[in-house]
Amino acid sequence: MHTVVMTKGVPDFREGQVSFDEDGHLERGKTPTVMNPNDKHALRAAFQTKVRNGGHVSLMSMGPPGYKEVLQEGMRDVYADDLYLLSDREMGAADTWATAMTVATGLQNLDEQPDLVFAGFKTADGETGHTGPQTCWCLDWPIITHVLSLDIDEDAGTVRAKRLVDGDISEIETVEAPMPCFIVADPEFEPTYRKASHRLNHKDLREETQERAEEYEDHLTVWDHEDLNLDPDYIGLDGSPTIVSGVDPIPKAPSEREATMIEADEREALEPVLDELTPYAAGD
Amino acid sequence: MTDAVEEYEAVVVGCGPGGAAAAATLARNGVETLVLERGVDAGSKNVSGGLIYAEESAPYTIDGLFPGFREEATERPVTENIIHNIAGDKVKSFDIGGLHHHDTAWADAVLRRKMDSWLAQQVHERTRETGGGLLTEVHVTGLLRERGEIVGVTTEELDPIKADMVVAADGVNSELARDAGLMDWEEPEEWFQGVKAVVDMEPELINARFDVAPDDGTAHLFSGDLFDGVRGGGFLYTNESSLSIGTVFHLDSIAEERAEPHELLDSLLTHPLMAQWLGDEYDEREYSAKLVPDSKKAAHPSPHKDRLVLVGDAAGQMQAQGPIIKGMNHAVTAGALAAEAFADARARDDPSQAGDLYEKKLNDEGVMDKLRPTGYRVFGQLGELGPVDDLSNAIADSAVGRFGVRAAAGLLERAYSSPRLVSMIPDTKLPYVTLPTVIAEELGEPVTDENTVSPPDLADRIGDLTYDVGDPHIELVDKSFEASGTAVTACPVSAEDFGGGCYRDEMVQTNGSEEHLVSLDTQPCVECGTCAIVADTEWEHPAGGKGVEFNQG
Ligand SMILES: Cc1cc2nc3c(=O)[nH]c(=O)nc-3n(C[C@H](O)[C@H](O)[C@H](O)COP(=O)(O)OP(=O)(O)OC[C@H]3O[C@@H](n4cnc5c(N)ncnc54)[C@H](O)[C@@H]3O)c2cc1C
Ligand SMILES: Cc1cc2nc3c(=O)[nH]c(=O)nc-3n(C[C@H](O)[C@H](O)[C@H](O)COP(=O)(O)OP(=O)(O)OC[C@H]3O[C@@H](n4cnc5c(N)ncnc54)[C@H](O)[C@@H]3O)c2cc1C
Ligand code: SF4
Repeated sequence: MHTVVMTKGVPDFREGQVSFDEDGHLERGKTPTVMNPNDKHALRAAFQTKVRNGGHVSLMSMGPPGYKEVLQEGMRDVYADDLYLLSDREMGAADTWATAMTVATGLQNLDEQPDLVFAGFKTADGETGHTGPQTCWCLDWPIITHVLSLDIDEDAGTVRAKRLVDGDISEIETVEAPMPCFIVADPEFEPTYRKASHRLNHKDLREETQERAEEYEDHLTVWDHEDLNLDPDYIGLDGSPTIVSGVDPIPKAPSEREATMIEADEREALEPVLDELTPYAAGD
Repeated sequence: MTDAVEEYEAVVVGCGPGGAAAAATLARNGVETLVLERGVDAGSKNVSGGLIYAEESAPYTIDGLFPGFREEATERPVTENIIHNIAGDKVKSFDIGGLHHHDTAWADAVLRRKMDSWLAQQVHERTRETGGGLLTEVHVTGLLRERGEIVGVTTEELDPIKADMVVAADGVNSELARDAGLMDWEEPEEWFQGVKAVVDMEPELINARFDVAPDDGTAHLFSGDLFDGVRGGGFLYTNESSLSIGTVFHLDSIAEERAEPHELLDSLLTHPLMAQWLGDEYDEREYSAKLVPDSKKAAHPSPHKDRLVLVGDAAGQMQAQGPIIKGMNHAVTAGALAAEAFADARARDDPSQAGDLYEKKLNDEGVMDKLRPTGYRVFGQLGELGPVDDLSNAIADSAVGRFGVRAAAGLLERAYSSPRLVSMIPDTKLPYVTLPTVIAEELGEPVTDENTVSPPDLADRIGDLTYDVGDPHIELVDKSFEASGTAVTACPVSAEDFGGGCYRDEMVQTNGSEEHLVSLDTQPCVECGTCAIVADTEWEHPAGGKGVEFNQG
């Protein structure tokens, strides 16, 4: 089994790590870049296939050279075997479409064709959730999204998954697809190990990859657009059909807005409130 | 997607000293061995006093099975053992080096988290080579049976597992021994309850206050009138940079006297005798508690059934040799003997003989004699008969008795040091309370030091422990005070008029009448096992990795 997990580096939005300036803009320089949290779920799902069915797990990302450490994190904390970074200036400022094109080409450039490719649900910053499905579209593979659990039948060459219908926890269906197949792991994905042998494998593999993470660069391959034979016109900024017309700051959360306190038993004090609300009642 | 039941040659449940010894010996014999431990780490659930003995007469010792054990996993070697007889502030100390050194190759103080997790690492490496290995955070819930016969184990976290041999090394509240019908949790007389504080102390201070070399340590034991008449005693052992101070009492006595275990511990901690060792700064690292079986009554003479063998506390193999407590060493011996028995049986192509062979080895190697000494069966139990006990107490306390104590001071010290005599001691007030008190009154000198220690209260002690709370693992079946009220006091993390513990009692008005009821909150439970015996409960251990986590042990 060869599985590949797609990942992106995102600002570490956790309390104490993230830093915003006075206007509420993210200070990228002061905020560390980490592996997108949802991608860890995807990587855990991929690791489960390795523990149960053997094989190996690769981690692939398109991004700046700084993403190397994100990939190392994936090896140290979520036990990826080898790492691929697609990186050069031409790939910069890509939207989801151009990112998908690039990553799909990266996947096709691997020596061994993957049986499964995993993407996270969505990123903590871009949050579109498009990149996975678009990459799959480029590959022309079947896709199963919102996946909660997986079982692989290697002999039959199929994967069976439990997934959320419409992303809603109240409805779960089981589907089966031939491999190779694209999987978008839901954040609710929980790997399960009900066999002692699986847990023992898990322990061995975890220790093994954690040791390797110290020398992660020995297991890292970096490809630029030339290695992938990609036309700069179709990737990066030039290949991105998305036009950002403007960026509006998100309003402060209600609890942080300024509030005027009014004692409810003073009739007069309530007058301005009524004045404020009347136009809405009238439908204006 | 295979649904076949997993099979190992041997499954060992629990990785305390008994399980570790069994697993290491199985692995040495090339037996494919899976070890299942419920703690986040081996040792995270375990408490002992902790003096681990290596007996010269024992066929197996822990350092024999695990070279490097003393260097890597223990605290200080203990070469001196003093018992203090206490009456008020009067103390008479006897050197019981004779008993301590009798049949002893060495004895080291240990802290269980450190000791067991080191052992577990070794066990994993060795069993992994056999195709098995050690898994933590797996709670074994019971026995897997086929046509009524034991063939493996069931767990909360894994699918059922089959094995040619199941070693229950799951400690004092063994769910497997209970499931097999080999042990019950009924009689408080069969158990002790141990409670312990680990107190932080700089190594240099320990060396100075106990007058020991940096790589040497000491043991002090305590008995007399400082425990409100509850039958049992106290201990103090020196670790590398801490002291283990605790108490061990007969559970029936704790129940009868409605004693509060934490207060009994505090009576020891605040006694003037302790001032010289504790000084002014008292920093308690951890409070802990656990039941201890009394082998004299609980050791199972035939601890096996079908493919199941019981070792260590699970089989009641915990010897109270007078004031000296020997559980870990016997667990090691039994674990290794059970493994040896399986290897022998397998060599004869009949693994089903393992249980019988194990029983035979326990007898042939003299283990059963130590656990259930003949002397106790003849004299000790006689002494426990009510009238005899009353009479002996009265004599010891009489003018004649007191004269005898004065006249025989040297003899008494020797008697305390005699392994044969202490093995006959009856479980009565006489040896635990009356005699030490009379000895101290007649022969002792008052201690004048002022003890300024004020131990943390129960709420703080509970607050300092680490818990990962799972679902409640104990169900209170009979809520009446009559059936379960003893737990309010006997539970080491509960107390009368304390709302923050596990057990509480309250008067409830129902239809005009008033009922005295007990309620239970398992959140602060330290899984000591007491209420499995003194209250009417459905008692199980929490799920793997859940519940209390001891860092010292
Ligand atoms: C309107 C808009 C404007 C943008 N402008 C810029 C810009 O000017 N400059 C710029 O650098 N970026 C820009 N981006 C960010 C960039 O387009 C996206 O971050 C990127 O395409 C991934 O989209 P996403 O963050 O929504 O990821 P999602 O689609 O939410 O991610 C889903 C999954 O796809 C995978 N994935 C996502 N990104 C990658 C990746 N890079 N490599 C490998 N796998 C990946 C991960 O598994 C992830 O969990 C913009 C994004 C948007 C929405
Ligand atoms: C306060 C106190 C003082 C003591 N002092 C001494 C002393 O000084 N010297 C001495 O030799 N002995 C002493 N003992 C006794 C000694 O601790 C025990 O006899 C000894 O630990 C028994 O070893 P064992 O391997 O049988 O069980 P344990 O050490 O109790 O190990 C049992 C293991 O099984 C695991 N387990 C339990 N149930 C399950 C399950 N269902 N599934 C999976 N795993 C499970 C537990 O987590 C644990 O790791 C003392 C005990 C106490 C409480
Ligand atoms: S609730 Fe029961 S098992 Fe838990 S600490 Fe109290 S007595 Fe011990």
